[in-house]
This record gives sequence, structure tokens and C-alpha cells, in this order.
Amino acid sequence: MPTTHVKRQTITLARIRELLSAEVFCGNDLSAKVEEVGAADLMSDVLALSKPGMLLLTGLVSMQVIRTAMVADLCGVVFVRGKKPAGEIIALAREANLPVLGTSLTLFESAGRLYGVISGR
Amino acid sequence: MAAEEFEAEYHVTGRDYANAGRVSTNIKDILKHLGIDPALMRRVAIASYEAEMNLVMYATRGKMRLVVNPGAVTIFVEDEGPGIENIALAMEEGYSTATPEMREMGFGAGMGLPNIKRNADDFEISSVVGRGTRLYIRVNQAE
Repeated sequence: MPTTHVKRQTITLARIRELLSAEVFCGNDLSAKVEEVGAADLMSDVLALSKPGMLLLTGLVSMQVIRTAMVADLCGVVFVRGKKPAGEIIALAREANLPVLGTSLTLFESAGRLYGVISGR
Repeated sequence: MAAEEFEAEYHVTGRDYANAGRVSTNIKDILKHLGIDPALMRRVAIASYEAEMNLVMYATRGKMRLVVNPGAVTIFVEDEGPGIENIALAMEEGYSTATPEMREMGFGAGMGLPNIKRNADDFEISSVVGRGTRLYIRVNQAE
């Protein structure tokens, strides 16, 4: 599964929520600045390639996604393709103070929209 | 960056996917508490998490031990399980014997052991087929 990295302009999680028409599963404060976004379904790739503070877009919904985000110091997770995380997944994220969003958009569309804004294209 | 001495031991159960990763997030919390450098902490946590996932995915049960001293953070992993027949092959990126169930969790793509090695300053692996596998993962602290 390819992973993409971009580093251009910083935008807030609140702005990302707008761009992806996302719902917020947890995270009261969306003022955090996102400098880097990555898209992957393979958590080993996230562990190998992510940078601290990265926002993860993923189509994989499991406890391991949240634990990967915790271990790799990610700033948040966006579940794509309208996937709904189970209550225990949200509970773990809340405990870890990790914002979790969800969008009905595909991974490709989500990554494209964010890339467009962050890269200024 | 010196930190105080600390030791902890954890038991990990094979196939317990709901809790897989719990030990590693706990280890990270401890390191944070001890004031370990964030970049170093992240390397330890990533290596530990991959090792924990391997244990949960492949072994029956096992132990993980965290040892912190001023020179380094070390993780010892010892499991009872099938062991690894060809360690050189297992260390190759992309080589995997994972089941579809493991891949559905976002692991099992043959990245685990290479990821551990990449994050460690010192890494040793030994295995006895039919008995189990041992890992030694050491990340050095700056003076």
C-alpha cells in the first residue's frame, strides 16, 4: 500500500474536517496544526515511514490503528470510505487524547483534497 | 540524557488482538514519565510495538521486559511459539508467513523485524523451531 508524504503549508484539524466534510468521532480541540499527512492501510508502513505529528488517513479500522498512532506520535486519524469505528476504538483514542475523524470520501479523494490545499495547487 | 533506572516485565498472550499493543503504549508512557528524549522514546515504542505484534500474531505466549538505565533503553522479548526456521529470510523486507487475519490488522507484510532492526542501535534475534524466539532490542541514550 503506497504511503504519501507532503510537507507544504500547515492547516488545522478543523480545516481538514471542513475539507473532507468529516464527522468528529472524538477530539474536542481541533486547533492543532497539521504539517504532514500520510495515507496508508498498512500499519507497519506507518511505523516505518511516518514522522511525528503526521495525520493518518486510512481505510483500516481497528484498535491497532489507534495504537499505531499512539506509538508513532501521530496528531490524529481520519477513517475514510465511511467506515465507523467501534466504541472501544473511540474509547481508546479518547483516553490517548487522539482526535479521530471520519469521512465518506475515498482514500484517494481525501488525500487529493488535502494535498491540493497543503501544496497550494 | 540520563534517566533513572527502571525495570518492568509484561506477559503477552498470543492471538489476543484486542490488547495487542497495550504493552508498548504502556512502555512509552513510562519512558515519557522518566523524561526520555521523545525521538528515542518513539524509536523504542515502534520497535516494541512491532515485537509485541509479532508475539501476539505468531506465539502462544511470551514475556517482554523493559530495562532503562542511563546508557540505554532495552527491550527483551521471549516467546513460546513456533520459532523461526530461517532468520535471514525473516529479516528480509516483504518476507512473511502471515495469515489474512493478521494482514487485516495492518500487519503481517514482512516489515516487522526490519522495522525493529531499523529503530535499534543493537538488535539480536535467536530462535528454536518448535520452542520460541528471543529478541534483544537496545536503543542507546545520548551521553
